[in-house]
Amino acid sequence: MMIKQSPLVGDDAVVKEALSRLEQPARRLFMQRTLTLGGLSLLTGCSITDNPGAEAALEKISRLNDKAQAWLFDPNQLAPTYPDSMIVRPFPFNAFYDEDKVPDVDADAFRLEVSGMVADKRAWSLPELRALPHTEQVTRHICVEGWSAIGKWGGVPFSLFLRRVGADLNARYVGFKCADDYYTSIDMPTALHPQTLLALTFDGQTLPRRYGFPMKLRMPTKLGYKNPKHIQAIFVTNTYPGGYWEDQGYNWFGGS
Amino acid sequence: MDTFNTDAPRAIHPLWLRATHWLNAVAVAILATSGWRIYDASPLFDFQFADPLTLGGWLGGALQWHFAAMWLLVANGLAYLLLNTGSGRLGKQFFPLSLRMLFVDLSAAVRGHLSHADPRRYNSVQRLAYLAVMADSVLLGLSGLVLWKSVQFPLLRELLGGYETARHVHFFAMAALVGFVGVHLAMVAVVPRTLRAMTFGR
Ligand code: HEM
Repeated sequence: MMIKQSPLVGDDAVVKEALSRLEQPARRLFMQRTLTLGGLSLLTGCSITDNPGAEAALEKISRLNDKAQAWLFDPNQLAPTYPDSMIVRPFPFNAFYDEDKVPDVDADAFRLEVSGMVADKRAWSLPELRALPHTEQVTRHICVEGWSAIGKWGGVPFSLFLRRVGADLNARYVGFKCADDYYTSIDMPTALHPQTLLALTFDGQTLPRRYGFPMKLRMPTKLGYKNPKHIQAIFVTNTYPGGYWEDQGYNWFGGS
Repeated sequence: MDTFNTDAPRAIHPLWLRATHWLNAVAVAILATSGWRIYDASPLFDFQFADPLTLGGWLGGALQWHFAAMWLLVANGLAYLLLNTGSGRLGKQFFPLSLRMLFVDLSAAVRGHLSHADPRRYNSVQRLAYLAVMADSVLLGLSGLVLWKSVQFPLLRELLGGYETARHVHFFAMAALVGFVGVHLAMVAVVPRTLRAMTFGR
């Protein structure tokens, strides 16, 4: 039987491959403990990947890399934008779970919680968020795995939202909690970057479930895992909130 | 003091060169093997690197190794290039370099007659190979910078053809480097006394 191929055979294959390699946390931990650089482990009979000293040192260097990236980050440097013709359709789905596990958020009951170092902690309904100024941009989403895809997101400039809720803009972190139990956090300069959007639409339509309904934070200056989907709560804080992948070893700043 | 006096004037390779060379070998080994693990997360081509050849255990671990060793490669590489140019060694050791000399040395090498009489002087095949791997390492570093910080370095990103092209550039520059190392190791095996000189100075 012939199966109709999508026009993006190449990219699809890459994405499928990437998805098939998204490992469950337990399996990943197992691999972390067992796999080593073959030659070295043969020579020394021990695993450098598993060595607690090496792990601690790498973790420290990762924190230094956070600082280096914060220092390199230019708040006025814009990510490149692209014509609509370059949008990848269908845009790849990617999460730490399969597509059939995507959370189903009730639009009417939804309220976005805002907490921490903000003046106005009132929760927001979707119509209220949609009434805020809206802008659209076509940018490249870059995944930590290496692949990238161009998409079009629309929504509220996040800096505008933060000002609207009276956030302390000198705070260090903005944290996110999501309906799929994902969580992450970003630095304030990136939160205020002109291209950082509280995205409510994708490709001109209400943000579909598979891409993060009801909203995702879209930052073309950060890797995919820093762009939380299905956001339920936003908080401003000076206490390092970490993140789902970051707590397992992905670099926290994760910027481009 | 004594060892210093007897060592310094007669060393085939100065200490700074030996130190930067071996630090570079460590950095390259870490970067290549962790890079293969990163590649495997989303392969550009129809193959993957076998897990036992890779470093890091999983994507996050490999990225940590890669983004740690990159500092060693860059700092050590800059030290090598600065000392090499600053001391005038680069000019003396790697030049002159001409196509004619290259042909003479290449054909001698093919017949197994390439002279290694003076270990202080590189033949023109070596000169070209070493200069090429220096340039390739710079390209690896620059394309890596585009992959890491594509937004922050727009000029570099556009020079390398954008993010996706830079990914390919980075891959092929890695392949060239690994190819060089293969030939390099084979040559060292053929003339093992060069290894003693690169390690102990003479
Ligand atoms: C364990 C692996 C390696 C061994 C055993 C090794 C061995 C050597 C030896 C013996 C020499 C001196 C050649 C001579 O005097 O004729 C040399 C020079 C050199 N090697 Fe390696 N090498 C290794 C890895 C690498 C790597 C990974 C690179 C770069 C990617 C590299 C780049 C060079 C360069 C550029 C020179 C010339 C340096 C100069 O004179 O300024 N080597 N290597």
